[in-house]
Amino acid sequence: MALHIIDRRLAGKNKSIGNRERFVRRYKQQITEAVRRTVSSRDIRDVEQATNITIPKKDINEPVFHHGPGGVRDMVHPGNKEHLKGDLIPRPPGGAGGGSSASDSGEGEDDFVFTLSKDEFMQLFFDDLALPRLLRTAISDTPDWKTYRAGYTRDGTPNNLAVVRSMRGALGRRIALAKGNRRLLQDKKNRLGELLEIGMEDVPEATQLRLDISLLELQIRRVPFLDPIDLRFRGRVRVAVPSSKAVMFCLMDVSGSMDMQRKDLSKRFFILLYLFLTRQYEKVEIVFIRHHTQAQEVSEDQFFHSTESGGTVVSSALVLMHQIITARYPSGDWNIYAAQASDGDNFTNDSAGCRDILAEKILPLVRYFAYVQVAAQVQNLWLEYQKLQELHANFAMRMVSAADEIYPVFRDLFKKDGVEA
Amino acid sequence: MNLMNYPGHERRGFENLWRVPATGDRRPRSVLLAPRPAPARAEQPVPDPSDWTFDLIERYHEVIRQTADRFGLDTYPNQLEIISAEQMMDAYASVGMPVNYRHWSYGKQFLATERRYRRGHMGLAYEIVINANPCISYLMEENTTAMQALVIAHAAYGHNSFFKGNYLFRMWTDASSIIDYLVYARGYVSECEERHGLEEVEAVLDSCHALANHGVDRYRRPAKRSLAREVTEQEERERHAQQQVNELWRTLPFREEKDGGPQAAERFPKEPQENLLYFIEKNAPLLEPWQREIVRIVRKVAQYFYPQRQTQVMNEGWATFWHHKLLNTLYDDGHLSNGMMLEWMTLHTNVIFQPPPGHPAYSGINPYSLGFAIYSDIKRICDDPNDEDRAWFPDWAGAPWLPTLDHAMRNFKDESFISQFLSPRLIREMRLFSIHDDEARSELEVSAIHDDAGYQNLRQTLSRQYDLGTREPSLQVWNVNLRGDRSMTLRHTQYQDRPLADNAQEMLKHVARLWGMGVHLESVNAAGTVTQNLSVSAPT
Repeated sequence: MALHIIDRRLAGKNKSIGNRERFVRRYKQQITEAVRRTVSSRDIRDVEQATNITIPKKDINEPVFHHGPGGVRDMVHPGNKEHLKGDLIPRPPGGAGGGSSASDSGEGEDDFVFTLSKDEFMQLFFDDLALPRLLRTAISDTPDWKTYRAGYTRDGTPNNLAVVRSMRGALGRRIALAKGNRRLLQDKKNRLGELLEIGMEDVPEATQLRLDISLLELQIRRVPFLDPIDLRFRGRVRVAVPSSKAVMFCLMDVSGSMDMQRKDLSKRFFILLYLFLTRQYEKVEIVFIRHHTQAQEVSEDQFFHSTESGGTVVSSALVLMHQIITARYPSGDWNIYAAQASDGDNFTNDSAGCRDILAEKILPLVRYFAYVQVAAQVQNLWLEYQKLQELHANFAMRMVSAADEIYPVFRDLFKKDGVEA
Repeated sequence: MNLMNYPGHERRGFENLWRVPATGDRRPRSVLLAPRPAPARAEQPVPDPSDWTFDLIERYHEVIRQTADRFGLDTYPNQLEIISAEQMMDAYASVGMPVNYRHWSYGKQFLATERRYRRGHMGLAYEIVINANPCISYLMEENTTAMQALVIAHAAYGHNSFFKGNYLFRMWTDASSIIDYLVYARGYVSECEERHGLEEVEAVLDSCHALANHGVDRYRRPAKRSLAREVTEQEERERHAQQQVNELWRTLPFREEKDGGPQAAERFPKEPQENLLYFIEKNAPLLEPWQREIVRIVRKVAQYFYPQRQTQVMNEGWATFWHHKLLNTLYDDGHLSNGMMLEWMTLHTNVIFQPPPGHPAYSGINPYSLGFAIYSDIKRICDDPNDEDRAWFPDWAGAPWLPTLDHAMRNFKDESFISQFLSPRLIREMRLFSIHDDEARSELEVSAIHDDAGYQNLRQTLSRQYDLGTREPSLQVWNVNLRGDRSMTLRHTQYQDRPLADNAQEMLKHVARLWGMGVHLESVNAAGTVTQNLSVSAPT
């Protein structure tokens, strides 16, 4: 009997991927709904993790004909402890007689829960918004240079010397340069041999031959083993690559006028921007800056969950942001994005200053600056910012007053810019 | 031997049973009367590190093979495949087959399995074995050496010999062509998806899956086919169907005088047809040829799994009995170390654990446990019968155990197996009792327990419990209205007055989708009166 042991571990993983896709496609609506719920309840950094999706079981049931409750049924059970023939047992609540027969057709009321992978999650999330395409046109990538190995060159530094390649060249050169002389040498040696064989050692021809031979041997020996012409170096070319690093600044007003609802709106906005950036760049860092009359850099938790009270000086945050950029994120290396959320309330004399800081210091450095005002009334900050909007393509602003406006506003922000670009 | 009748009290001649070829066996097969003598005791056991290697698997396989040979286990050639946990989940999701057509329900299955596995709610099955020739057993990468040995004994010898021997498998499934067929099915379905769109194909598959349990031939034996033949025949069928006159479209008037008026008009089909999918495939008026072929594919696959659904207790019991027997014999012969023994015994004990009613894990009788107990009991009755056994099993009490066991494996399905081999002693040991639940009464009644008066009753009730004919509602195509709207009438014959579940209406929609015309369902009770009528109109 022949035995085959086959190691299949490396072959055919993810065979079910097609089936999985079909499932996700079929329940897209429910799943998208669940994705939306998840986004609103998560931390920004965690939002792109794999997600548990819950679908009501009745929606994904695969029906078969089976017996319903009722009629007569006889069931055998093991492990009798106390019953005698003829015992009467009160019917257990729920109606299903013997109880166990439910297992084959069993449709519990539990919801069907499964885990959506990160990729699937992101896919659905962005499908819902129909935005990534717009975003790609909106953001042009800063070129970054990277060197790659590419062939061999004739000059270079010693550390790049390609030894094998050089030696190969040298060998070829030596063979080529000595070839004619060797042939000549061989002929002369043969001729001399013939003369010696017949005993004519002292004829002038033999003397001449000996002289020629020693001359040729010297010439052959003079071909250099390694010549500068043989040297080859590993070549490198510079290729432009899009910068893969991005930093996102979240600026939020935490003065007394920002209540939980407004903060939540801001958070959603930040999440969206963050998700876009993670799709676009390999590495995304977030800097949280909150401010009232003073600005400080804080952790995400502090950012969203601590309340401060007092007045509002927006420029403090902008100044801090600029400091951080110059200190840690040189704009040549980083794609800088900023999102600012505020209720528009600002210390009156400060607003003009904000505009100046933005226009002169920040906007030239950042790829995109989005301002969202989470309150409806127009105040002086809004008015000042409006002046900026006309002058700078990488500045955008919108007003939001309810959670469901976030997506459209976001889409709008990028769409506008994308079309212009 | 008429195996299709209720075999409740049937007695069979057991004399010379080892000379009677088993059902479906074409050539005479010799069954060992007793195990071949044991070879000299091994000098030292096969090494037992917990991490397996290919070499170790081969060595364990070799000693297991030799031992199985001593007991005359007749198997297909074995093919062991090492797979990762993820691949195991893949296999799980596509009903254990290495290839299958694509459908969302398998994706659902996969997601559910994956989640439970990741959260640690469920260990994966240690093994999946595929009834194919050669017989493919999956060994999971994460198993320890002891588990691999257990799986080899259980799947590659236990299940494998069952697949090769049991009459249902011999009759209904063609082990050598199933993989080929699934490759064909996968190709065909994906071609249809390309041509007609995912949604269209999915709708047909959904409806077919809903009816898959009613898409099996219970009595007719299918012919064997190769992949190449399957493809050419499919094309032929399509061409042929195009040219056929469909009885349903007949517009010529019937000659009524022949049968004496419309009342006595012949029904179509003449005999009720219980294979709904077959009937639909052959007669549905509006199906496209590719839809018919998909119906056929689902029907074929359902047919392939039909024996497995009928022999759960026997199959698992047989495999469990043999891994137990083989590994114990290996130990006696000095091949297994004590550590190995303890490890697989723990697994074995978990597998045959029977939680009592009321236990959170209780969900009816554990088929592994019941099957293992019956086979072990058969061996006991052969080896060491007492008076009770002789009275109950006069034909084979005290007979050689190997041929008796072989016979018990070959020629039965769960219901007949239980009704033939469940002994009073086992009933007592398992403390079986049966509960009679009559909707008309307010209380449940204990109708039999493990005593003299109850044995027969329990045996019969338990045997019925494993009869697919009673577990699933019995539905037949009763009539098609040939003169009017071509609507189809299904008839549900109630078993013990049990009605259909609430989803029957939803199910009828699936039938109607395939049939393409209106569908009616009448539910008939034991007295022959229709108690329930459901209808759906033709899908638009």
